[in-house]
Amino acid sequence: MQAKWLDIGPVTQIEPGMAATLPVIGGDEIAVFHTMRGEFYALVNKCPHKQGPLSQGIVHGDSVTCPLHNWKISLRSGEALGDDEGCVPTIPVKVDAGRIYLLREAVVPAKAALQAEAA
Amino acid sequence: MNAQTSFDKAQPLRERLPEKLVVIGNGMAGCRAVEEILARDPGRFAVTIFGAEPRVNYNRIMLSPVLAGEKTFDEIVINTAEWYAENGVELIAGDPVDHIDRERKTVVSRSGRVEPYDRLLIATGSDPFIIPVPGRDLPGVVTFRDLDDVDKMLAAAEQGGDAVVIGGGLLGLEAAHGLSLRGMKVTVIHLMPTLMERQLDEAAGWLLKQELERRGQTILTGADTAEIVAKDGHVGGVRLKDGRQIPADIVVMAVGIRPATMLAKTGGIECERGILVDDHMVTSDPDVLAVGECVQHRGQCYGLVAPLWEMCRALADHLTEQKLDGSGGYQGSVTATKLKVSGIDVFSAGDFSGGDDGEDIVMRDAARGVYKRLVLRNNRIIGAVLYGDTADGNWYFDLLKKEEDVSDIREGLIFGQAFALGAGALADPNAAVAALSDDAEICGCNGVTKGKVVQCILGGAASLDAVRSGCKASASCGSCTGLVESLLALTLGDEVQAGAKTMCKCTSFGHDDVRRLILEKELRAIPQVMQELHWTTPDGCASCRPALNYYLLCAWPGEYEDDQKSRFVNERLHANIQKDGTYSVVPRMWGGLTNPRELRAIADVVEKYDAPMVKVTGGQRLDIFGIRKEDLPAVWADLNAAGMVSGHAYGKSLRTVKTCVGSEWCRFGTQDSTGLGVTIERMTWGSWMPHKFKIAVSGCPRNCAEATIKDFGIVCVDSGYELHVGGNGGIKVRATDFLCKVATEEEALEHCAAFIQLYREQAHYLERTAPWIERVGLDHVKRAMFDDPEAVKRLAARFRYSQTFMQDDPWAKRAAGDRSDLHSHLATVVPAPTEYA
Repeated sequence: MQAKWLDIGPVTQIEPGMAATLPVIGGDEIAVFHTMRGEFYALVNKCPHKQGPLSQGIVHGDSVTCPLHNWKISLRSGEALGDDEGCVPTIPVKVDAGRIYLLREAVVPAKAALQAEAA
Repeated sequence: MNAQTSFDKAQPLRERLPEKLVVIGNGMAGCRAVEEILARDPGRFAVTIFGAEPRVNYNRIMLSPVLAGEKTFDEIVINTAEWYAENGVELIAGDPVDHIDRERKTVVSRSGRVEPYDRLLIATGSDPFIIPVPGRDLPGVVTFRDLDDVDKMLAAAEQGGDAVVIGGGLLGLEAAHGLSLRGMKVTVIHLMPTLMERQLDEAAGWLLKQELERRGQTILTGADTAEIVAKDGHVGGVRLKDGRQIPADIVVMAVGIRPATMLAKTGGIECERGILVDDHMVTSDPDVLAVGECVQHRGQCYGLVAPLWEMCRALADHLTEQKLDGSGGYQGSVTATKLKVSGIDVFSAGDFSGGDDGEDIVMRDAARGVYKRLVLRNNRIIGAVLYGDTADGNWYFDLLKKEEDVSDIREGLIFGQAFALGAGALADPNAAVAALSDDAEICGCNGVTKGKVVQCILGGAASLDAVRSGCKASASCGSCTGLVESLLALTLGDEVQAGAKTMCKCTSFGHDDVRRLILEKELRAIPQVMQELHWTTPDGCASCRPALNYYLLCAWPGEYEDDQKSRFVNERLHANIQKDGTYSVVPRMWGGLTNPRELRAIADVVEKYDAPMVKVTGGQRLDIFGIRKEDLPAVWADLNAAGMVSGHAYGKSLRTVKTCVGSEWCRFGTQDSTGLGVTIERMTWGSWMPHKFKIAVSGCPRNCAEATIKDFGIVCVDSGYELHVGGNGGIKVRATDFLCKVATEEEALEHCAAFIQLYREQAHYLERTAPWIERVGLDHVKRAMFDDPEAVKRLAARFRYSQTFMQDDPWAKRAAGDRSDLHSHLATVVPAPTEYA
């Protein structure tokens, strides 16, 4: 059986205030964020506006500003902040003994989505 | 539910022998649990406690003061030998339990002693985490967990010399403090960029670092230990991954703790990170309980002492079948942290990460070194970080735990309990200010009283800015801005004028003030600017971070270390992000000149990386599109090999120097415009600016290089060079203003350098030369450059000095492997075939 949580490596690989990317074969690339105060969040790496790579934005507080058109996205909820509207899926993250884990079922493409793609 | 937990049941019959309770662990949790049980039902259990340490129970969190020489061991003993005897508790000290046999219901100690139990309580606490580096087993490498560790540190301190503490968390800093007081030269090595990053935000962590450094400790953040180096079979030093080596006569490993679960695991009790327990501290075996740092309750493990008291109460209620306080077992704890380093007040509690609907209230008082931050959600405090003034920590923590609605006291909340709950009127800031006497000091930095501020306002200063320039109140650190605004409102009512635009919502200062104060107060780092200038957000926003990074870079050339996380992606990856997330790459072509070698290299890159498009840019060079971030370093390596460097087509920096062919070829050319263009580009490339900066050199007034819509344009004429400034294309086309005419190439270069430096030093971030000149006026620029005959020379000299640090090709560094993390993926997730099925 697959473990429930997917180990994606040590916390030290992402500097606070930065993000890193995790491509998923058959699924959406994930952006993993490390905020300046040491928390980790993961979102699908696509701005709800024009699919900009959120991983490349400036991280401040617990939000990220998309590099394409400056939409501000909440790292907690994936929702666009301010006057903009839209939402990007979030992936549950936990940190344990210095390693980052993502909830596997949120990372791996769902059956339905895959079949739809194949159809 | 277990029948024994029903509370209305009568007490069980006492005729039978007391049940046997064995406790593994003579620490704070184990002993406290026994105390709680005795307080409820003294005759209920026959208790045996096994302790690994050969001594009675003591207050482990007070080891720091023992190390620091502020307390003795006797002073931190909780339960003396007499206590064990008086309460009929058998203590087996210095003989740890090695094995739990749940079938026979016995435990076996290291010495072979077999002890039967009816109920077993595991309170094994936690183990220090040892980082797996070479040399970790050398004599002289110690942890900071028990009295033996303290004794080892004290023995080392007697010899004096160097101590290295690995880990800048709570425990590490307390160890460092103790060793430092004992006369050792202490270096703290911390992996993360901020000390105590789990409890403190960047701002508070920075203040803490400053204070510790002031006290003589060396604090290395962002430092990763590679190896503990031996010298004569003993610790000799620590080598970092970046190659630095720090001498050490003792190394204290204080990077963290893990729940000590080994015994429970081998005994077949369910564990994850910690031993899994329910709300009554019962493990997967109903006769085995666990308490303290070794447990995991509702997904949480705790490393602090406060949750332990609550756990022990719940456990004792359950074991003695009572419910003294009416609670339904342990509900989890909200924890608060205080650093036990004398003279440094740090407090942290709850969740200070905000959240979508979380709001920050931040107060900074630079003069007193105070930083306070409260995080509110739905009008309730959910987190607090206090530095320098922790007097109200407990009050905030109390409001947090009780989840009290603070809407009524919100205005004055950050000023503390006395202010917020003071005479009703004081909760309204305007009323509080109105109540101040005329000689009350408003601005501490400049010594301005309320009377003077009001006088200034009545004298015509109708905005914050006017007050700042009129009487200097709020013109330095800005902490009294709120008071001055209140005085404006009280004095003028609706006639208050909105002040100059602030940099962003994080500050009350405008760009000019921030730039001035960076120099005046010699601010040299982003967190320092935010602290000293009373930023209202903990770590700024996407507007102010890049601006501050530039201002500091400009103010302190060669000293300030560029902050990559405050850079827009293009400047971080040294390429231009495109709508599909790929990048375009533009190598520099000096003055628009190229050659077969460069063109071949570009053609090869296009083919090798399958770039879908190459385009000639408006700046006379070639733009290669569709490069993935992972391929950027390889692309740059190929371009570097042909002698090309970054074109900075992505930066708020010198972009291109456009030229025409000039006197070398053109029948109308008056000067060597191409050659001059190349020389100018060689002088100016690599410089960071408030915004992008374009230059052009035309060889004659026909102006084929379009010099009169550039930031700096040169039009060559027979008698010399006409210099033009402040032009741009773009949304609002602006033709240049004529600056002056010079006779020689050298003068043209000198004026170019001087103008750029003036722009670099004075413009607002993201303000191009055109709007800058419109704002300040061409006369201002001319006065700044020409009123003093030495001004051009001085400005140019500052520019050239700054350039000595800027002209190294960012591509070459990245191609050589620098910051490869920015160009690579963490990993690729390949789902197992079953997951597709």
